[in-house]
Parts: sequence; C-alpha cells; structure tokens
Amino acid sequence: MPAAGAILSVSRNAYREAIRDRILFSLLFFAVLMVGAAVLFSQMSFGISADSLINFSLAAITLLGVIIAVFLGNQLVSKEIERRTLYTLLAHPVRRTHFLLGKFAGLVWTLVVNCGLMGVALFLALLYVLPAHVAAGEWSLLAALYFILLALAVLTAIALLFSCFASPVLAAVFTLALFVIGNFDDNLRALGESSRQWLGGHLAIWISYVLPNFGDFNVATAASHFMPIGWRLIGLNTLYALVYCGVALAIAGAIFENKDLK
Amino acid sequence: MVAIECQGLTKDFHVGFWRKRPVRALDALELEVAEGEIFGLLGHNGAGKTTTIKLLLRLIFPTSGTARILGRPLGAPDLAARIGYLPENPYFYDYLKCRELVEYYAELAGVPAGERRARAQEALARVGMAEAMEQPLRKCSKGMVQRVGLAQAIVHRPQLAILDEPMSGLDPAGRAEVRDLILELRQQGATVLFSTHILSDAEQICDRVAILKRGRLAFAGPLDAVAGREESEIEIVFRERAGGGLGLVRRETIAAAELWSRLEALRAKQAQIVSVNPARRRLEDLFRAEPAERAAGRGAGQGN
Ligand SMILES: Nc1ncnc2c1ncn2[C@@H]1O[C@H](COP(=O)(O)OP(=O)(O)OP(=O)(O)O)[C@@H](O)[C@H]1O
Ligand SMILES: [Mg+2]
Repeated sequence: MPAAGAILSVSRNAYREAIRDRILFSLLFFAVLMVGAAVLFSQMSFGISADSLINFSLAAITLLGVIIAVFLGNQLVSKEIERRTLYTLLAHPVRRTHFLLGKFAGLVWTLVVNCGLMGVALFLALLYVLPAHVAAGEWSLLAALYFILLALAVLTAIALLFSCFASPVLAAVFTLALFVIGNFDDNLRALGESSRQWLGGHLAIWISYVLPNFGDFNVATAASHFMPIGWRLIGLNTLYALVYCGVALAIAGAIFENKDLK
Repeated sequence: MVAIECQGLTKDFHVGFWRKRPVRALDALELEVAEGEIFGLLGHNGAGKTTTIKLLLRLIFPTSGTARILGRPLGAPDLAARIGYLPENPYFYDYLKCRELVEYYAELAGVPAGERRARAQEALARVGMAEAMEQPLRKCSKGMVQRVGLAQAIVHRPQLAILDEPMSGLDPAGRAEVRDLILELRQQGATVLFSTHILSDAEQICDRVAILKRGRLAFAGPLDAVAGREESEIEIVFRERAGGGLGLVRRETIAAAELWSRLEALRAKQAQIVSVNPARRRLEDLFRAEPAERAAGRGAGQGN
C-alpha cells in the first residue's frame, strides 16, 4: 500500500476512535458551556468587555486542546501495544513510521475539528456581545486560534514520542511538564543570556533551544485587543511547528521502527 | 516453491530490570514450509511457537538468523499484502463493529474501495458471523472475537495464512469449522501455517508438522512418520458391566495386533466401548515435557 494511502487510512481510523470516545463530546460540551458562561458574565457586569471574553475563551480552548493532546496522544501508541491491536495492523502493508504519522494526523485533525467548533462558538458569542468589534479583530482572532492549533500539534508530536517508550501515565506527566516549561522557554533563554557563569549560561540557552517554545504561540493579549498579527510571526511560527513536529516524529519513528512488540 | 524458510532463527529475550539476562526463546530454528501445504507448529506452552510467528511477521526481530517468505526476505514491501495473520488471543478496536473492523483491515491490505464491504461480509459469513456483523466488538464473546480475527486474516485472500492457535476459545463445532476453513484455504491454493498444542487438531488436517521443544526444533515432517501409525499402539476406552449397571470408565493401551481379540473379549463381557484411538505413543513422548516442566505444560496433548 502506498505511503499516503496507509497514513490516510490509519489517520481516518484514529479520528473515528476519537469521535466515538465520549470524552471528546463531553469536552466539547464543556467548552460551549464555558463560552456561554463568558457571555453571561459579560452581560451582567458593565466592566467586562471583549478582551476579557476573548482571553478567557482562548485560555479555555487551549486548556481543552492540551487535555485532548496529552491524554489521547500519550496512549496513541502505548495503548495499541498493550492491547496488542498493533499486531494485526503491522502485519498489513503499513510501515511503522507510517502508522505513527497516521496516528499523529488523526489526532491533529481531531484537534482541528474541536478547536474549530470552539472557535465558531467564540465568534458567535462575540457577535452577540460586541458585534462592532468583530469586524475589526477577526483576523487576529483567527491567527490566535491558528497558533493554538500549531502549539497543540507540537504537543501531540511530543506526546506521541513519549508514548513510544513510556507508559501512558509517565508519558502524560512528561508531556504536561514540557508544556508548562515550554511556556517559560523565553525566560530560560533570557536567564542563560544574562548568566555570568559560562557553563550554566550556555546550558540554559541550549536547553531553551531544545525545549519547545510555546510562549511564541501565545498571542492572546494581542488578539484580545484586536491588534494585528504580522505575517512574519505567522510564517515563523508555522515553520517552527513544522520543524519541531518533524524532528519529534522522526525520533519517534527511529525508536519505533526496530522495537520488539511484547 | 517454498512458502516459508527459516535459517538459524534465534531469539533472545532480555529479562530482569537492572541486570538484564538473556532468555533464549528460540534456538537456531531451521524450517521449511512448502507452498500449498498445511503446516502445524506444535509444542507445549512456552515452546516458542508464538515467538516464531512474531519473528516471521517482524513484530519482533531476531537475535540472529534469517527467514524468507514466498521467496522474499522478511519486510519486503510487497510481502505483507500476501500474508494473513491471526494473533494469539486477538484483541481488536472495540469501538468498531465487526464489519467495520474487517473492512478497515481490507482497506489496509489494499482491497479496492468498491469491494471492501462485500469482501468483509463474505469473510465474516465464512467464519459463522453472518448474524453478528453489525455488532460492536465491545459486545462480542471470546469465541466471536476469535472468529472476527479469522475473518480479517482471510479477507484479502492471502497466499499465506499464519494463524496462531486459530481454534482456541472456540466450541467443538467452531473448531471443526476452523478445520474446514483451513482445508478450504489450501484448496484455493493458499499455504497455511498454524500453531496449536492440541494434537488431534493438527492430526486431522496437517500435511506436515514441526514440533518445538523449549525453543528447539525436535521434529519436522509428516505426522505419520513420527506417529509410526503402522506399528503403533491403540488406546481403548470402555465401561464394563458391573452389578447390573455400568462400571467405571477404564482406559487400556494395547498393541495394534491385539485389537480384535481384545474387542471380542470386551463384547463377550457386554462392555460398552467409549472410544478406540491410535495411541500415538512416540508423538506423545516427543511432545511431553520433562517432569520439571510438566506443571507448566499441563494440558498439552490432551483435550479434544
Ligand atoms: N516478551 C517476552 N519477554 C520475555 N520472555 C518472553 C517474551 N515472549 C516470550 N517469552 C518467552 O519465550 C518463550 C517462548 O514463548 P512463546 O510465547 O513463543 O511460547 P508458545 O509456544 O507460543 O506458548 P503457548 O502455547 O503458551 O502460546 C517462553 O519461555 C516465554 O517466557
Ligand atoms: Mg503462543
């Protein structure tokens, strides 16, 4: 079976699995509820404006996306090994690397659908609360959603990498830890650059380059004030996410390609 | 042509957490399975049957040695589509319906989109799952899952079927159906390699067998050769009349030449004959584990 066909088949099935998992629906329900609550709150108090609604909603979308990426991503591979569903799959003309890519694509597509629906909910809420502002800020809001998706794709790739050799619980802990640290990546680099210790400083800088930089994907402040987001940043973030996912998946593939399935 | 050939296939597993020590699961296996035959892989629990099969499918990788399937080295790109595989104690995506699962595997095996549904239904009907096609796997019994596993192994009409304990978990009727299925596959030109630890299953359908013992090949060839049917002994199970009713079940092993005289004697006593079977002495001996292993290998050679 050609590579693209195998990857597509596996990803379609991964998406089907996520859809049939009721967890996904409850998360979505939760998200709609949160946006609804935000609208209610902004209606009740005069002080609350579009920016707090947007900030709050983007944070909610990110949080739910992270939950999906970490808790579905961390078992993408390990669950199939443990339950031995992988045996029959890999006996088919599907290369192990293609299996990984298919799983990755399936989960990213799940995240796209999920974030897309939540984004639509956010737009509707904004239209309802502050229709005048939407026209001005929709592009920066769209860019903010796109960046969230890029960050979630990177997170999924990391979860998948850990899933290749760690148990689901450990993989989830590692991935979450990296997500938290990755949000302070710039601080780490700044720390390294200002450090007087040569070794410690350089170590901090190197580590900051290896760790995923999630801070750059966070433009909630700009988006909530309807400030334009430049094409340069969009391009750079896209490139960064592509390269990071590529490297993480390549390492995962290299580990997984010659692994004994117990 | 040769369907499967193994040369010095060896597999060490490393056990222990800190100081890993190797455990040899398979030791320099030399094996040849001819195209179009039904080949049985026999051995007691832990003999290395599953290890051999997983090596052939590249689910695990050999410590040393090589193998070829259908004349191609393992992992050749066009090979997988020509093999059907049923794992031991299969487990499948339980969020799918039986038909969806078999269709998915047909898709992966490269069956054209237009044919998948019909082929999946045909394969499921073939294994006696016609009524339960739309049932989610979550709600399937063990035997039903086993049948679905067989269906996905044959849905793409493979040239070689590798089945790891295909009869396990099935009721007696199901076992017979699987035997028929295997015979039918051969009739259609396919080669079948299957593992079992139940002698009679192998005896009824295998052209040749290999017997593994603690990871080593103990015998390979036609079953008749090892069983030595000609001069073999015969096992009679019967119940004698005692005090108006039937007595306890008794089992005797006698030389084949004595069979008729012994049966005459039993008839004279109005005993009820339960069964008369070739005793397969030598095969049982080969099969039987040493006393120390016997606990682990209990049940080998018995059953139906
Ligand atoms: N993943 C593993 N790690 C360590 N040892 C293993 C592993 N898999 C198998 N073994 C060992 O290899 C040997 C052969 O196991 P295998 O599963 O091939 O036996 P089998 O013939 O299929 O037995 P059964 O009839 O019980 O299925 C056993 O001693 C087993 O303990
Ligand atoms: Mg086994």
